[in-house]
Amino acid sequence: MNPKRINNIATAVIYGLVGIVVLILLFLIGYILFNGVPDISWKFLTTPAQAFSAGGGIRDQLFNSLYLLVLTLLISFPIALGSGIYLAEYAPDNWFTNLIRTTIEVLSSLPSVVVGLFGYLFLVIQLHLSFSILSGAIALTFFNLPLLTRSIEESLNSVSDLQKQAGMSLGLSDWRTITRIILPVGLPGILTGVILSAGRVFGEAAALIYTAGQSAPIVNYANWNIFDPSSFLNPMRPAETLAVHIWKVNTESVTPDAHLISSASSAVLIIVILIFNLSARFIGNWLYKKMTATR
Amino acid sequence: MKEIQNKLLTKSKATREDHFGRAICYLCIGLIIALVVCILYFITSRGIATFTQNHVNIWGFLAGTNWNPGSVDAHGNPEVGALPMIVTSFSVTVLAAAVATPFALAMAIFMSEIAGKKGTKFLQPVIELLVGIPSVVYGFIGLSVIVPLIRKIFGGTGFGILAGTIVLFVMVLPTITSLSVDSLRAVPLSYRQASAALGANRWQTIYKVILRTAAPGILTAVIFGMARAFGEALAVQMVIGNAVLMPKSLVSPASTLTSKLTTDVGNTVMGTLPNNVLWSLALILLFMSLFFNLLVRFIGKKGSIKK
Repeated sequence: MNPKRINNIATAVIYGLVGIVVLILLFLIGYILFNGVPDISWKFLTTPAQAFSAGGGIRDQLFNSLYLLVLTLLISFPIALGSGIYLAEYAPDNWFTNLIRTTIEVLSSLPSVVVGLFGYLFLVIQLHLSFSILSGAIALTFFNLPLLTRSIEESLNSVSDLQKQAGMSLGLSDWRTITRIILPVGLPGILTGVILSAGRVFGEAAALIYTAGQSAPIVNYANWNIFDPSSFLNPMRPAETLAVHIWKVNTESVTPDAHLISSASSAVLIIVILIFNLSARFIGNWLYKKMTATR
Repeated sequence: MKEIQNKLLTKSKATREDHFGRAICYLCIGLIIALVVCILYFITSRGIATFTQNHVNIWGFLAGTNWNPGSVDAHGNPEVGALPMIVTSFSVTVLAAAVATPFALAMAIFMSEIAGKKGTKFLQPVIELLVGIPSVVYGFIGLSVIVPLIRKIFGGTGFGILAGTIVLFVMVLPTITSLSVDSLRAVPLSYRQASAALGANRWQTIYKVILRTAAPGILTAVIFGMARAFGEALAVQMVIGNAVLMPKSLVSPASTLTSKLTTDVGNTVMGTLPNNVLWSLALILLFMSLFFNLLVRFIGKKGSIKK
């Protein structure tokens, strides 16, 4: 066989493999949407789940997922921002910084079930937070921190040094340069990172099974008292999220319409995550255009 | 006079802000380090309790094949052989990585060498979407499509290593692909030009020059993919069958370390042997994750491209 033919065959094989991957993705998305979307109705989204009979909805699970997401971002964003600023602006280039980077890498590569078990051990048992939204949010923070920190660091690093020098030459202090010049320029990248991490957090289940719990008690959506156990805002109540719900109806529960519930819930999950992904791209670009002179 | 002296000697508002901001950043990074130390300490101290408090033979734990923590065998030792789970975990990991690597390499070569900007623009979202699909959804699709399909073709229950491999293959594909793309792109353009100047065609250049230069990076990508596969819990748990048996074939029900952990931690009492051995399983996961990390570091040091 001459080299030209081998070249052609290799190219064809590569095209074939790429085609298969694209087909797999199309099948996945298509399967979820075709099976799930017809079952999504307003009623499905607004009725509570049923344990033993068909016809249950996902009202509480959906709310829990969103509430947990907000709490997680509230806790993890400030910490990740501080760490990101440290790594991008303050960290000297020495063994200690190297150690910190390794630590963050270790944290990001830990299996989420290990992070969840640590959360169970530390938050639920040692700190007596019991199975609660708060435990779940903190466990998700562990899981979210390394990725968010890295994306913030990267977007701060991509800010041109000239901007920093300009700030310095105006006599601004380090901190002012960072908060008034570098952060605004890096904002589009940071926001994209936050939204993408929100998608990841929204779909996470393994870290939540033993921290936020697997039960969704009936809550009162008119009760705004955050300390009341029946209030929907109370962070100390157990909360099964949408992803955990899908896992649970498929493995442990006796709900007769498990397949319907999980396909519709999967579709909801995928749609929300698609929205996150698209908006991350869109908002990032839009903000970047708005805040800089790029056309 | 006093006023001027005061003004010169006290810190300005900007300086105080500066120190305050710096302190907050140090605090944040300190928090992350403390967290990692905490995780390592807690899991390790719990994980070794099996061996220190319950006096289980560590070899019996790693190489034993009977898992039944509630009862004891003929010699009075508890039956806590974790080998079936260790073997299953490693087999799904290695198989998934082995299946995914050719696809990932094809995707990476296509994106960096063949397709140009347009193809990349098309494939980038494909990868991002594959990453974005949550693991429970992969598990659900595996449960409702892959498992029945295997049942139809091979008979049996359909649960097992094969189903786990297929699900994990799709899950690690984007990880391996995106890291491989990075390493292919890091090969300097001059290498391609030099190869072309010698008269090599595209495949010769890719095969003889680019893939070899990028080999350490690709290896890193595969290891990261394996780390993800090894630690994945729910998707695997849903399709593997959850029977702690030595896997006899690819289509017999088995159980991985992660799947055992997800199903059993809630059913055991803290501080008892059945609970302690579960933490020992978590410790194995932790060690493997650290090991994958070390391996990546080692390869990174040895094989970085010198320009």
